[in-house]
Amino acid sequence: MYHLRATFATAGRILQQLLHDKRTVALMFLAPTILMGLLAWVFSNNTHMFNSIAPALLGVFPFVIMFLTTSITTLRERTGGTLERLMTMRISKLDIIVGYALAFGLFGIVQSIITSSVAIYWLGMDVSGPQWFVIIVAITDTLLGVALGLLASAFARTEFQAVQFMPAFIFPQLIVCGLFVPLAQLPDALNAAAYWLPLTYAVDALNGVVTNSVITADMWRDIWVVCCFIVVALALASLTLRRRS
Amino acid sequence: MNAIKAKELVVQKGKANILHGLEMTIRAGTITGLIGPSGSGKTTLMRAIVGVQKYSGELLVLGKPAGAVSLRPRLGYVTQSPAVYDDLTVKQNIHYFARVVGVAKHDADAVLAQVRLDAQQGQLVRSLSGGQRARVSLAIALLGDPDILILDEPTVGLDPILRNELWSQFSELARQGKALLVSSHVMDEAERCEELVLIRDGNLLWNDSRQKLMEVTKASSVSDAFVSMIKREV
Repeated sequence: MYHLRATFATAGRILQQLLHDKRTVALMFLAPTILMGLLAWVFSNNTHMFNSIAPALLGVFPFVIMFLTTSITTLRERTGGTLERLMTMRISKLDIIVGYALAFGLFGIVQSIITSSVAIYWLGMDVSGPQWFVIIVAITDTLLGVALGLLASAFARTEFQAVQFMPAFIFPQLIVCGLFVPLAQLPDALNAAAYWLPLTYAVDALNGVVTNSVITADMWRDIWVVCCFIVVALALASLTLRRRS
Repeated sequence: MNAIKAKELVVQKGKANILHGLEMTIRAGTITGLIGPSGSGKTTLMRAIVGVQKYSGELLVLGKPAGAVSLRPRLGYVTQSPAVYDDLTVKQNIHYFARVVGVAKHDADAVLAQVRLDAQQGQLVRSLSGGQRARVSLAIALLGDPDILILDEPTVGLDPILRNELWSQFSELARQGKALLVSSHVMDEAERCEELVLIRDGNLLWNDSRQKLMEVTKASSVSDAFVSMIKREV
């Protein structure tokens, strides 16, 4: 009971912090939507191209943005002394980690719903399968970004380093995830590597819902794999919080 | 009654030895000044007491080894730079930590009144003065009515009137039977403490009453007494 209350208190506190920063909130919600609009505009003479790229991006945007936001916010907590203060209290490490995941997860859910709705209903992105599945995948990707961001913050000393983790850990995943080149056309080594990276499964699920009118077993498998990555990353992140140094 | 007792307390950070076999006792119901130049190991000792610093040797807090889970609700810790959320209001800060500690909202508000911050409760911590921020941090440490307060340089940079006010609050808390350990690198703060722990380079120079220190060293101020204790060591 105590831990549940401490977890929700932490999630609530993080949401309050975000709400005091209106500019960040506006950027988090609007930037992906504007980028999606820009993409539709660029491919306004080639809707086929837009349809093949846009779904994957619905997963990539919240993933990247949440990774950055989470890693920097957590890093601030680590360096600002508040984490150490919490560590002298009854709260457990898992309470803190889950609190973070809940708060940013909720933000990501709202962001995913906005971006997906704009892409589908306004920009005319074609989805053969059920539209709710698109949102489910986008939400899982958001949580993946949160989980990896929490983990990454442990390895950064400064906010500069945290930002550099983007090109170091996120961009390679973007390049081999099947967004630019279909997995089957990748060189063997890269193809094998791609199946060890979570974003590959997220993009595969989104591409699946665009081309298939029903949800296939493969698409559910993709979701489960991403969920496993999330749980492992959160568990590792809570191990990186040290009560004693 | 001994609130804190250290015996052959050693702290190592990497290859550096920070505390070398410290022996010390701190009584309940008193204000003990932890006095030493910066880099002498004050913060390290305090972190060991609150359970976030690894140590070897013996360090008993209320009869239990420092770091024991059951001690956490009984300790209040104020770090050197106020560990509070800059982007939340005073009230949001105190209410969050109150929920973590398990204290009711109205009790948390009472603590805010105790440190005279009730007028600022709707203000963002970022917009507060240094002294007000330090008091938010103190208020959080007071949540849950802990038996021991560990205060790391709580009055640095505060204006003299506010400093007097805080020290009288500390005396009040000591009268209630709490043990207070207050660190400072400013010697004149030591004049306000009944008990003193003087440390230098991780070694104990003195752990007894201030009055006795003045008698033994025949010095006119704690600062002079400190110098004369160093001379005795070498």
